[in-house]
Amino acid sequence: MTISQLVELLGLEVVCGQERIDEEVEFAFASDLMSDVLTLDKSGVLLITGLANPQAVRTSEIADVTAIIIARGKTITQEMSDLAEEGNMILLTSKLSVFKIAGELYSAGIKAIY
Amino acid sequence: MNFGFPMRLQYMISGGDFNNAGAAASSLKKILKQLSIDSELVRKIVVALYEAEVNVVAHAYSGLINIELDHEKILIVIQDEGPGIPDIDKAMEAGFSTASEEVRSMGFGAGMGLPNIKKNTSTLSVESEVGKGTKLEMIIYLNT
Repeated sequence: MTISQLVELLGLEVVCGQERIDEEVEFAFASDLMSDVLTLDKSGVLLITGLANPQAVRTSEIADVTAIIIARGKTITQEMSDLAEEGNMILLTSKLSVFKIAGELYSAGIKAIY
Repeated sequence: MNFGFPMRLQYMISGGDFNNAGAAASSLKKILKQLSIDSELVRKIVVALYEAEVNVVAHAYSGLINIELDHEKILIVIQDEGPGIPDIDKAMEAGFSTASEEVRSMGFGAGMGLPNIKKNTSTLSVESEVGKGTKLEMIIYLNT
């Protein structure tokens, strides 16, 4: 599924990375624990998280996460969007919960890593 | 590859400066990508460095990163001034953590850092002196 299809399906807001929304994602992972994200053995996944801080963005950049969805309508700070721009990341927000986002994406065919 | 190897890089880390934790890993990632090093290998290298940076920011007062890259391997040495690790074997155990609430609230401190560095490197050595600091030396071979 492309990021842009995902944006449409869930009514996401694209904060950063508009130019990359035609890219595909096949796998997703949901966690608020960045230590866990750093142990993933796969690149190019979609991260669904409730953790709205610069560390979530930095961790995603380092772990080669393709796109981040920040759940529950949390505020994206300037620092977060600056980091995302700098790291060429796709940063998305949703008013939905992590559970709801994960459920919808799973039903739409996005796969779990583990 | 022919880029004037060995290439040497140095970065500073400030204890407690969470917003810059990962700045070195991010910079190294961009450099390694320019050198067309395999992206899975780059990921292992920068994840290991990032984990180490977060450890220094979370636990120590300051740190220095020295990196040496040649055709065969990357050597990363992270030396910090800090409280040191009293029991290194314990610190290497998955799940063991002495991280503060502040560190945990940022999404870290789950006792996974050192084990994850070990997982992503070819060799890892940890030396520490309580009250002085800790030195991590990691090597990742480029042609595995």
